[in-house]
Amino acid sequence: MIAEILGNGYVQLGMKLGVLMILLPATLALGWVELKIGAHMQARMGPMYPGGFHGWAQTLADGIKFVLKENIIPKNADKSVFSMVPYVTMLGAALIYVVIPAGENLVIENLEVGVFYVLAASSIGVIGVLMAGWASANKYSMMGALRAAAQLIAYELPLVLAAAAVAMMAGSLSLVDIVEGQKQIVLAGFYIPFLPFQIIGFVIFLIAATAEMTRPPFDMPVAEAELITGAFTEYTGIRFAFSLFAAEYITMIGLSAFGATMFLGGYAPLHTALEFIPGIVWLLAKTGTILFLLIWIRWTFPRLREDQLQKFAWKVLIPLSLVNIFITGALKLTPWI
Amino acid sequence: MSVAENRVDELVTREEIKTLSPGEAKRTTYGIGLIKGLGITLRHMLKPAITIQYPDVVDELPARSRGVIALKQENCTVCMLCARECPDWCIYIEGHKEARESVAGKRAKKFNVLDRFAIDYALCMYCGICVEVCPYDALFWGQEDNYSEHDVVGLTHEMDKLSQWMYNVPPPVELELGAMGPEVKPLPTAAPAKEGS
Repeated sequence: MIAEILGNGYVQLGMKLGVLMILLPATLALGWVELKIGAHMQARMGPMYPGGFHGWAQTLADGIKFVLKENIIPKNADKSVFSMVPYVTMLGAALIYVVIPAGENLVIENLEVGVFYVLAASSIGVIGVLMAGWASANKYSMMGALRAAAQLIAYELPLVLAAAAVAMMAGSLSLVDIVEGQKQIVLAGFYIPFLPFQIIGFVIFLIAATAEMTRPPFDMPVAEAELITGAFTEYTGIRFAFSLFAAEYITMIGLSAFGATMFLGGYAPLHTALEFIPGIVWLLAKTGTILFLLIWIRWTFPRLREDQLQKFAWKVLIPLSLVNIFITGALKLTPWI
Repeated sequence: MSVAENRVDELVTREEIKTLSPGEAKRTTYGIGLIKGLGITLRHMLKPAITIQYPDVVDELPARSRGVIALKQENCTVCMLCARECPDWCIYIEGHKEARESVAGKRAKKFNVLDRFAIDYALCMYCGICVEVCPYDALFWGQEDNYSEHDVVGLTHEMDKLSQWMYNVPPPVELELGAMGPEVKPLPTAAPAKEGS
């Protein structure tokens, strides 16, 4: 019955629009949370005035400011490509949500190849970055775009391999099946997710996801100090806000929800006694946990150098994720899992 | 608790770094340092921020903080020492001479009368040399620190403003134990007239 209603085309369209309508305010909220957490991690207070209560409207005010600013296209820029960039980066960010399940039936599309789809969709953003770098006709933008491309190629691999280990555990690429797979082991009423078996995979996922989103400490492509925001140097106003901030935060929420689904059990409750709390609450709570981890990493570590970044990906993360796949294979052979 | 006390426990002292040989330092930092860093940021996040929301919350100033140079107008003799010692010439003094007859029949005594005393706080670098150099205790360090202006010209504050800032000049520091006090000469009592000499 529920599956039928949710399968209706109009309901699906509503869900898709709803997700988009939630995503933009969520971007503002997450931006504010990040400002506050980052400030407190540096023993500051962060925004305190806008909106009255602890500066809650700071990111809203920033957003309005971006909308009001002039939209400049450089004279030598490739105009159509230049102005298409925000759509491409936003598209890559928003597509992730299509397969994230918030309940057994509460998913926009339960794709059989969900994991593969998320990984593919999350790298569309790179095309946007490359377009921005190329179309801007600016050496800093070009440099930033090249760095972004190199970085994304390097970190896509460990991300895929970490996800592959989880898919091996569940025996499926569908995200719903992966969550259901994490409901199999019940210890004293507690659902045991894949996290304890995939600790290495989870750490690799966090690092690779941070690099994928080009967030500090892997933000060389947008390094303000060296490349003046890299590929987005020439962007102003609302184009800048969408192609950089909105895309970054929406990807961040999307990949966190993906990670929560893969490693923390997604919509599955922590304990069998807590089944009455709807799955979406669990998913949001687990997504929030990963978001906090990402923010925590961002405000702790300084930026790496370009060669260190590449070395770290190829010499440490990729061999480690291959080892992780072997361990997972060995785990699958043991009878108690 | 002061800011310095808050922080000092987390800082590795220079001496501690020196005791590590280069090889040792390398071995200990791989991975452990990252986790330590995460610990520090987490601890800071859980502690209340040390920021003081200045215009809303005014922190108590240290007892002898120096905010502004205040003028005790009646002590000034227009000697110009401060204006001449000022490293960036930010003190403007104008005065004129007046003659007053004190005793009938005697030559009138001449006085300097202060007409204008202004300090350009846009130039002043708060070195305090004028306060040190004033032989008549006419200049003091006041604690007022809120005298910003919208225009740089307005930062040249005149005599009336400088005199107002005398209101919270802290009393002079107590002398150290055993220090020689200021030389106090006995007031010239009516000198015994040497008659007959």
